[in-house]
Parts: sequence; C-alpha cells; structure tokens
Amino acid sequence: MSGGARLENANPLIFQRTGERLQTANDEDEDVADPIDDREIFDLIRSINDPEHPLSLEELNVVEQVRVRVDDQENAVGVEFTPAIPHCSMATLIGLSIKVKLLRSLPERFKIDVHITPGTHASEDAVNKQLADKERVAAALENSQLLEVVNQCLISNARTG
Amino acid sequence: MKDTLALLQKFNAHPDSRCWYVAWNPKGTLLASCGGDRAIRIWGREGDSWECKTVLQDGHQRAVRKVAWSPCGNYLASASFDATTCIWKKKNDDFECLTVLEGHENEVKCAAWAPSGNLLATCSRDKSVWIWEVDEEDEYECVSVVNSHTQDAKHVVWHPTQELLASCSYDNNVCVYKEEDDDWECRATLEGHTSTVWGLTFDPSGQRLASCSDDRTVKIWKECQPGGGQGTDTAWKCVCTLSGFHGRTVYDIAWCPLTGALATACGDDGVRVFKEDETADPDQPVFSLSAHVPKAHSQDVNCIAWNPKEAGLLVSRSDNGEIAVWNYQSEV
Repeated sequence: MSGGARLENANPLIFQRTGERLQTANDEDEDVADPIDDREIFDLIRSINDPEHPLSLEELNVVEQVRVRVDDQENAVGVEFTPAIPHCSMATLIGLSIKVKLLRSLPERFKIDVHITPGTHASEDAVNKQLADKERVAAALENSQLLEVVNQCLISNARTG
Repeated sequence: MKDTLALLQKFNAHPDSRCWYVAWNPKGTLLASCGGDRAIRIWGREGDSWECKTVLQDGHQRAVRKVAWSPCGNYLASASFDATTCIWKKKNDDFECLTVLEGHENEVKCAAWAPSGNLLATCSRDKSVWIWEVDEEDEYECVSVVNSHTQDAKHVVWHPTQELLASCSYDNNVCVYKEEDDDWECRATLEGHTSTVWGLTFDPSGQRLASCSDDRTVKIWKECQPGGGQGTDTAWKCVCTLSGFHGRTVYDIAWCPLTGALATACGDDGVRVFKEDETADPDQPVFSLSAHVPKAHSQDVNCIAWNPKEAGLLVSRSDNGEIAVWNYQSEV
C-alpha cells in the first residue's frame, strides 16, 4: 500500500476483548447438531488484523458480536462493520477481509453479506455495492498484490489469538 | 402451476472452481462452459448424458467469464479477467486459438457475436464497449470504442436480426447502440433499475428487451417511436417490472427464441420460468411465474440458457461448478 509515514487514524480507541466462549453441556454432546450462531461468526472475524495498526478488528470495535446476524436455517450471514473513522480509506479492504475470512471458513451453503454499519462512513453505499458484487470480489482476489494484503490481515498471530 | 421444470441431468463441469457461464452452439448440440479454472470445456450429448469433448486450456491467464459461439458455429469467443478476448476456431473436434484481442484496460466481462457473424462486441470493467469487425481472412479490427457507461459494463447482447447492440452496467443502466456513419453510438439509455444490471436478452422478435438486476427485479423494455416515427432517435420504455419473485440478485436472464418463455438465474439458488399472458395488451405485457425450482443448485445460479433448436431444453450453471439440464413443459 502506498502510505506516507502518517497514519490515517493515529490514535485509535482500543476496546476490551471479550473472553473465550463458555462451553455448555450441549456443545460437548456429539449427538446434538451445532447450528452456526452469531458468536461463532464473531469468533471467526474478531481477530482479523486492521491493515494499519497491530490491533484486531475487535479491539478497534470495528466488529461487534451484536452486529452479526446469522440464520442457520436460511443459510444467511450478515455482518455490519464500523470503520473507525468516517473517511477511512481502508473500509473496502477491511470489508473484503471479513468477506474472504467467512467465505473460506463457512460451508458453501451460506450467503454472506458484509455491510458498513449505516451512517458510519462517507462512502458506505459505494463500498457496500462493491462488497456485494461477486464478480468484482472474484476479480480483485485474482490480483496477487491485493490478495497478499488481505492474507496479511487474516494471519492470526499469537497476541490477538 | 401445471407447467413443469424437470431436472434431466446434473454434472460437475469445473471441479474446484466456480462456473461462470455456459452457452449452447447455434445447432443446439454442444455446450461450451467456462470458469475460474481458466479453462473452457466443450460438452456433447452421448445418449442421455453429457460428456466433455474438449478442454481448452492455456488460452487465458485468469478466470474466463463468458464464452460465445459465432452464428455459424465454427468460432468461439472467450472473455477473460486477464483483459483479453480469445477467438478460437473449430477444427474437427478440437479448437485452436486463432487470435487474442487486446485493448481493454481490465477484466473483459462479455463477448457477443452479431447475427451476421461479421461483428463482435466486448465489454469490460473499464466501462467501455468495443465493437470489432472481422473479415473473410479472419482478421479482427476494432471499429468503435463507446464509453456510455459510468461504471463497469457487465453484459452485451445483439438484437436477433438487426445490427443493434445493448449493454448493461454496474451503473444501473442499459444502453442501446446503433451504427451511424461508420461509428457506433449510444442511442438510448434505459434507466430504472436501482442497482447493477447483470443480464440482458431480446425477445424472439427483437421488439423487446428484458433486463435483470441486483435490485431483484426483471424489467421488460419496448422500443417506441416518438411521434412521427421518422426520426433516427428511438426511445425505450419500461413496460413491465417483475418484482417480488426473486430472493436475491438475478444474475442472468434468457428469452427462449422458440417458445417465448423467460428464464432467470438467481443468487437465491433458484431457477424460474415466466410465461407471457397472450391476451394482454402488447404495450402492457403481463408475465406470470410458470415454474420455479427453489433449490436448483446448492449455490448461486450464475447463468441460464435455452437450447436454440429444442423447445423446452434449458441449462443452468452454478457457483459450485455444476451444470444442470432441465426440461420445461408448458400446458398451453
């Protein structure tokens, strides 16, 4: 990424991480099918790295569990993410990283919708439209440079889990 | 609904990758498919099943988005994300790459042959539509570059009999082009959809155009001559909108040249066929849902195509690499 020395969001607010998921008796029972729920989706995306800072999307409050909607029966997952600042130029990249993480982790039957939390970004309609266009997403992911940047965001490191 | 859409066969065409498109040859005997694995596969019927006859590899460096057969059936054009369009010539059962058309700045989204076979149109994410002329020596020359769209051009389609071209785009519009003094220009811009228009198809007579969109509707447009009827400018009006039928983006639409049935491919995994009400006013057509297979595939249906010779034979294509062949029967 062509970036000057100055970060866009030099002093981000850092949020507390949620603890690990508590296992219930049903979770341990092999005979009970585990539907995919919002906590599971959140666990997949919370540790995605922010492209600019050595922090996760959860720590920057870009993703929150309450903004994840899952309907296991209808095979639909919706994630709203909140860019840290309204003119964040990384918004499309962050949205793409979330989408790619879910595409790679979830069963094929799921339809994945990634949107910007309404009212939190100056170009949210344009970004949402790009993320929803699978042809654009597929072509972008064939670009090896962009793919490398996305993969960097998706590397989980020991610190952020 | 007494009309039925029955599955005849399903097979996996592009293992491990997405299938973007499938096209019948003009005789209706072969299917060309293309996909994320950068290959084109030619399928032929062997009894009741479909067999892969040829695999065209090494033509492109990135995914092949669409393929199109020339009207004579001897040439194939493939549009790729690598920004080129490859022209293949049929030699017995095999195809050889004749030439590679370059010029677009980025991914080529579609290629289509004019009914005369002398013209080829391509469109791209670079927002332009290019028109190429081909002569008897198989030489291709770009004759026009038209920039009428403000965003990616997704699809181009020719009128069934005239040299009239239509394109649709990420900018939510459809453009119609005609040749004027050796140059191609946009004659009409059809506005109305509220999101990306993914597919276009002309009805068998060429008087109407159907478009399908990310806004989950299908619109039917009709050409109307503004008063006087002698002017060169034409206007297209939206005469019908089919909404409430599709659960997600409608990726492709196909109007059967033999029966007039309208089929759609949708991101909600379903295949639908609409029939026109014969008694309705031609300027206010009425379409009703004739057949619907909700889970035609386990993933998005990207493409749908009617066999040009066999009435009711329909093929659909999905993100999971599958091709399905259907038989549509209508009680008329």
